[in-house]
Amino acid sequence: MITIQGKGVSTGVAAGPLYFYRRAKGTITRFTVEDRDAEWQRFKDAQAKAIEQLGELAEKARVEAGDEAAMLFETHQMMAEDLDYEETIQGLIMDEGQNAEAVVTDVGAQFADMFATMDDEYMKARAADVKDVSGRIVGILLGVVQGGIDSDVPVVLASDDLAPSETVQLDKSKILGFVTSGGSGSSHTAILARTMGIPAIIGVGDQLKEEYEGREVIIDGGTGIVAVDPDEDTRVHLMKKREEQLKRLALLNQLKGQPNETKDGQKIKIFCNIGDPSDVAAVLENDGGGVGLFRSEFLYLNCDDYPTEDYQFEAYKKVLSDLNGKEVVIRTLDIGADKQIAYFDMPKEENPALGNRALRICLNRPEIFRTQLRALFRASAFGKLGIMFPMVTSVWEVKEAKKMCDQVRAELDAEGIAYSDDVEIGIMIETPAAAVISDRLAQIVDFFSIGTNDLTQYTLACDRQNNDLGRFFNAHHPAVLRLIKLVTENAHKHGAWVGICGELGADLELTETFLSIGLDELSVSPRSVLPLRQKVRETTVSEVRERLMNDLMSDANTI
Amino acid sequence: MKSFEYVITDPVGIHARPAGIMVKEIKNLIGTTVTIAKGEKSANALRLMAVMQLGIKQGDTVKVTVEGGDEAAAAATLEKFFKEHF
Repeated sequence: MITIQGKGVSTGVAAGPLYFYRRAKGTITRFTVEDRDAEWQRFKDAQAKAIEQLGELAEKARVEAGDEAAMLFETHQMMAEDLDYEETIQGLIMDEGQNAEAVVTDVGAQFADMFATMDDEYMKARAADVKDVSGRIVGILLGVVQGGIDSDVPVVLASDDLAPSETVQLDKSKILGFVTSGGSGSSHTAILARTMGIPAIIGVGDQLKEEYEGREVIIDGGTGIVAVDPDEDTRVHLMKKREEQLKRLALLNQLKGQPNETKDGQKIKIFCNIGDPSDVAAVLENDGGGVGLFRSEFLYLNCDDYPTEDYQFEAYKKVLSDLNGKEVVIRTLDIGADKQIAYFDMPKEENPALGNRALRICLNRPEIFRTQLRALFRASAFGKLGIMFPMVTSVWEVKEAKKMCDQVRAELDAEGIAYSDDVEIGIMIETPAAAVISDRLAQIVDFFSIGTNDLTQYTLACDRQNNDLGRFFNAHHPAVLRLIKLVTENAHKHGAWVGICGELGADLELTETFLSIGLDELSVSPRSVLPLRQKVRETTVSEVRERLMNDLMSDANTI
Repeated sequence: MKSFEYVITDPVGIHARPAGIMVKEIKNLIGTTVTIAKGEKSANALRLMAVMQLGIKQGDTVKVTVEGGDEAAAAATLEKFFKEHF
């Protein structure tokens, strides 16, 4: 067995023969032609044929994917008949007697380079278009079959990266999955794979060798693993995973669009936790009702210096627009403890979990906080935003943070910049202090989100990364569950909504308890949405509430 | 010779698709040569890739010059086209 590690960009497991995409590339020869006029005519014929094919592709794309997709091929048509392009080719054939396929390859590369070196992302990306067009003309000159797959059975398709015109022409019924040596998560191959719902792995580099052609492979788009000639263990493991996936898909089809409602009519929102704007796809795929926790740290972790207001604004705006009106709760900067960033230049602490972290950093360094708040409020004009402060222990902290929100709103007013009037302000409940004074906190916020990971760690004084503490660390400890109950009651008393955004939210053993307590929302990883929905829909709260709440509040010293 | 100046408002600048439509429009202006200039650089507007390589972005001022044929009509048509597409 040969194991290759790439980057999974579309989930799922597929098994089948590996097949390399056939294209003209690399097979051209160079020679001097005798009859230059005839060679020029050969080019003109191939060009005309390419323009005709592109016209057909544009129509095909229009039917399959709309006007936007058709435009791409119409642009290719125009490039194919561009005068500069054509005249450069004409010169090399007529004046120097070079053969057409060599000339088109060279001129295509030359024009692609001109775009690639431009100082503009959009224009840089056009280099691929020029290459695509030139490749098409070369293919026609060489008499290569278009379509790329000449196989009777479905295959796992391997290539360097597929050009947009190539992905449109593929016979989709023959493809089980994709493996590419290059590419990115937003490449055409990745997008096509996600649309088709089949696995794709990119960036495997030169580990993918043509000699593997025809050999059996299993690919796992979740982990990015390609197993060539899989051994029995791998096969059993991955095929089991495949079965689970198919089950999940079946569940999805059955539960998609269904309400999160118990048999006796109690509803709960099921939202998603995400850490990156690209996770939004998974939220929508799994039918998440919104985003209950968008960790903003990635913006800071991806940068070598403090991210600018505009940079943050674009990221928040993207998530808000992509969610299309569904609520998005964005948590303000939560670093410190186990998450350190070099340019923050934080002094080393003896006890970072109890140190300068999260909201404490923001209140101590208001210039950083202000930049983030401005970006957030500006983005609020593009969707339904909730702003959430992490690591609260006292009322004054929340008041100070809210005062900064007021200042930012006043600034934006003065600058004439739009923001939404109904941004919700909430806090994480992850310290015992916040839970115990949640009656006071509930009066000054719109919502609570209980961060059960930290709340458990602080309540039990137990580091969950420490393996020696196994039996002392109990995620179902009644102290934690009683705090959740207390927080929920206090929130409701003062008209705030309350959710859970820790891992406990997805724990199906506690779903009945959470419904009995009366939580309004559970925010979980996207793939947990549907199993949780299924559990909710199987529950009858009135049958279990009394017993569960009695057990939770009883003084029986059994645990 | 007639010319007009125009400030690009489209966020992507002069991108491939409308530039392509522009080429088609100009082909209909019989006997007229159209030049687009941004600063020092200029390109024959019939040449799609040359126009794209001017790298015209939102906020840039371009100067469009028409020469030959019915210049007044051509300039008016193009000015309208720029307002609609760029």
